[in-house]
Amino acid sequence: MSDPLPFRPYAPGTQPPYDAPAYLGTVKRHPKQKLHPMPQTVTETTGPRFSPNRFPPLGDLTMAKGKPAIGERIIVAGTITDEDGRPVPNTMVEIWQANATGRYDHPADQHDAPLDPNFHGMGRVFTDDQGRYRFLTIRPGAYPWPNHKNAWRPNHIHFSYFGPAFATRLITQMYFPGDPLLAFDPIFHAVPDEHARNRLIAVFDLDITEADYALGYRFDVVLRGRAATPMED
Amino acid sequence: MPTATASQTIGPYWHLMEDPSWADLTRFGAAGEKITLTGAVLDGDGKPCADACVEIWQPDPPASDSFPGFGRSNTDSAGVYRFTTVKPGPVPARGNAQQAPHIAICVLSRGLMRGLVTRAYFEGDRLNDTDPLLMSIEEPARRATLIARPAGSGTWRMDVRLQGEGETVFLDV
Ligand SMILES: [Fe+2]
Repeated sequence: MSDPLPFRPYAPGTQPPYDAPAYLGTVKRHPKQKLHPMPQTVTETTGPRFSPNRFPPLGDLTMAKGKPAIGERIIVAGTITDEDGRPVPNTMVEIWQANATGRYDHPADQHDAPLDPNFHGMGRVFTDDQGRYRFLTIRPGAYPWPNHKNAWRPNHIHFSYFGPAFATRLITQMYFPGDPLLAFDPIFHAVPDEHARNRLIAVFDLDITEADYALGYRFDVVLRGRAATPMED
Repeated sequence: MPTATASQTIGPYWHLMEDPSWADLTRFGAAGEKITLTGAVLDGDGKPCADACVEIWQPDPPASDSFPGFGRSNTDSAGVYRFTTVKPGPVPARGNAQQAPHIAICVLSRGLMRGLVTRAYFEGDRLNDTDPLLMSIEEPARRATLIARPAGSGTWRMDVRLQGEGETVFLDV
């Protein structure tokens, strides 16, 4: 049996360090030892497959109980590719987010802003055969957090991706263009490379925007590619 | 070509996407030796991480309609995760070598900008002595952080110490 093709190492500076002291939560949770190097094996180069039959897609977050949620409707759409530009088809994409007032429908969120009974804030879709996905949701509000004096998270949507392997797992956050809070956010700024950081900011897109209905934002995501690829014609 | 998108922390509110049934990998009727894999996720002060997301993946037994191979568990107020799964067998290593039975673990949480990857091996498995990854960890005490220990009635326990004394070996995959 031939060895599985490994996924390539992350490009320098494009991923945040575990030790990111401006984000206080990392202080007691980052390992002090270096990650142990190892060759990828079948454990890392394979991964779970999810089927829409078993995990019903939920792409519209704006109608939790048959009534419309409060806030600005937005469409978030994009393409998932690997580092060679190939689409990642049929992969599960999950999102979760605060409502329009900046409050999560979560018992640990005690921010004094109203919950919206018609907005739960979770979605799940699968990419099509071109790697495309699309959600209809509500623009999330900013919310305060106890990291430093007068700390507020910029508007963001949490994203979860799997891709083809355990090694391609990605959790990230999507931000909005022009948000003044981005300049002060230690989580966003934990990504050292400016270009890699700015790719977390969605792009307003008039082609995704639906007339008289909802603004559209494009958020394209790249998952790790294989370190060496077989020749293609 | 663009490089892989940057990771961001999963934060404290990831439970909005949680389906607690995912912690039971036998829920679709998998055959094989049923085990519980459990342990606490602890921070640099030894305090429980009560808001973590622990994910596991095992390439054996092969994923099928009756066995997803993948699971996700929250941690409770004591920082404890808990999976029900099927005990894996050995899988190929690179070259002609074999890997001892193991389960891959990814810890995601508030305060972690990226997932931390480790493995749970099974104490007493004779293949542990020749497993390429375990052999590559020179210090026995460090190696031991990847070994789950039997805790009675099919339960295996492995704590994950994120930082400090007894810090778990995390893998650069
Ligand atoms: Fe958030």
